[in-house]
Amino acid sequence: MAEKLKIELITPYRKVVSAEVDMINATGSLGEFGILPGHATFLTSLKIGELSYTSDGATHYLAVNWGYLEVENDEVIILVETAEKADEIDMERARTALGRAEEALKRLSREDKEFAAQEAALERALIRMQVAAKASRK
Amino acid sequence: MASLKSIRKRIVSVKNTMQITKAMKMVSAAKLRHAQENVIAARPYTEKLASVLEKLAPSVDSAKNPLLQQAKTTKALLIAITSDRGLCGGFNATIGKTAERFVKEHSAEFPDLTVMTIGRKGNEFLRHRVRVSKSYTGITSDLSRQTAAVIAQEIISGFLAEEYSEVHLLFNAFKSVISQEITLMKLLPVPSCQGGEEQFLPDAIYEPSKDDLLAELLPKHIEVQIYQALLESLAAEHGARMTAMESAAKNAAEMIGKLSLQYNRARQAVITTELLEIISGAESIKG
Repeated sequence: MAEKLKIELITPYRKVVSAEVDMINATGSLGEFGILPGHATFLTSLKIGELSYTSDGATHYLAVNWGYLEVENDEVIILVETAEKADEIDMERARTALGRAEEALKRLSREDKEFAAQEAALERALIRMQVAAKASRK
Repeated sequence: MASLKSIRKRIVSVKNTMQITKAMKMVSAAKLRHAQENVIAARPYTEKLASVLEKLAPSVDSAKNPLLQQAKTTKALLIAITSDRGLCGGFNATIGKTAERFVKEHSAEFPDLTVMTIGRKGNEFLRHRVRVSKSYTGITSDLSRQTAAVIAQEIISGFLAEEYSEVHLLFNAFKSVISQEITLMKLLPVPSCQGGEEQFLPDAIYEPSKDDLLAELLPKHIEVQIYQALLESLAAEHGARMTAMESAAKNAAEMIGKLSLQYNRARQAVITTELLEIISGAESIKG
């Protein structure tokens, strides 16, 4: 298909991606999904997860935080709290964050207020490492 | 005419003042650049989130989401954002006056209207004039999403507990370096958009359901709006201070010019009198 998707990935701090791509993969709140040109109008929330897009045969990976994705007339708008490109991820930092979250989770019980926050931190660190690993394998 | 010494003293003091205002202008200019970048970077996110909301809100039954409904109470809340520091022209005074007027205008509808102030200056001004229920200070210097989230959380829980039936936000929006715009915005209940049919997406796929999406989106929207307002206010503050300091420095330079002229005239007058005295003295000896 000759058509392309216009993708705009925006965080409160900057515009991370603004490009024309062939395909997008993302993790929605109900599971992973892919978007190709000609997709129906679509609105979903995103979980902490991996987001990737393919353009000209190359796949780019990003680690994203909570957000929204909207598709309308081949224009994809993605609003996320944070987004890091695979090559921007600091492996060391992710690893220490992971350790810290694991430590905290061990001493907290499920009822604690902090538990959910630490769990989210753990998830973010894991996703970051996963995305960074994918990028380095290429 | 003032004495030579006193004029000289004044020139020195005005020069010192000018140095301070000039330095403050430079500092504000540097801070402004930083704040301006933040505002501009955050705007697309805020706007896109609002537009997603606009598309979603009309197609959802407002009865299902408490954030869209107005409770019937006599209480309302106004959030006034000002700066922590002064010396920025009419920046804080206009917010204070607008807030005061707002309270007066709405006193019939909401006799129990309270104000939440953000920033020390706003608190100082409004404390004696209206009922201030809560005030935050010192948050603009180190602004983060967490701060906005905390405030948003507090407002939302207060709204849901029917502590107030309307929440408005008042702040200086950053227009350009030299101009700010007083902006009054209704935060809660989230104003349902009058966009009509064209914004309605009848055959869109929603995942999860529309109601769930909206329930997740609305609190985020409030938080983002507050964050944006804080950013705007911060940038506007630095802009206002820069302009104020620049005009202060200009006034000081003008004053120094005037004083120097006066000083030189006085000096000349002294020399003339001295000369006259010497000459008349010499004449009298000769004679």
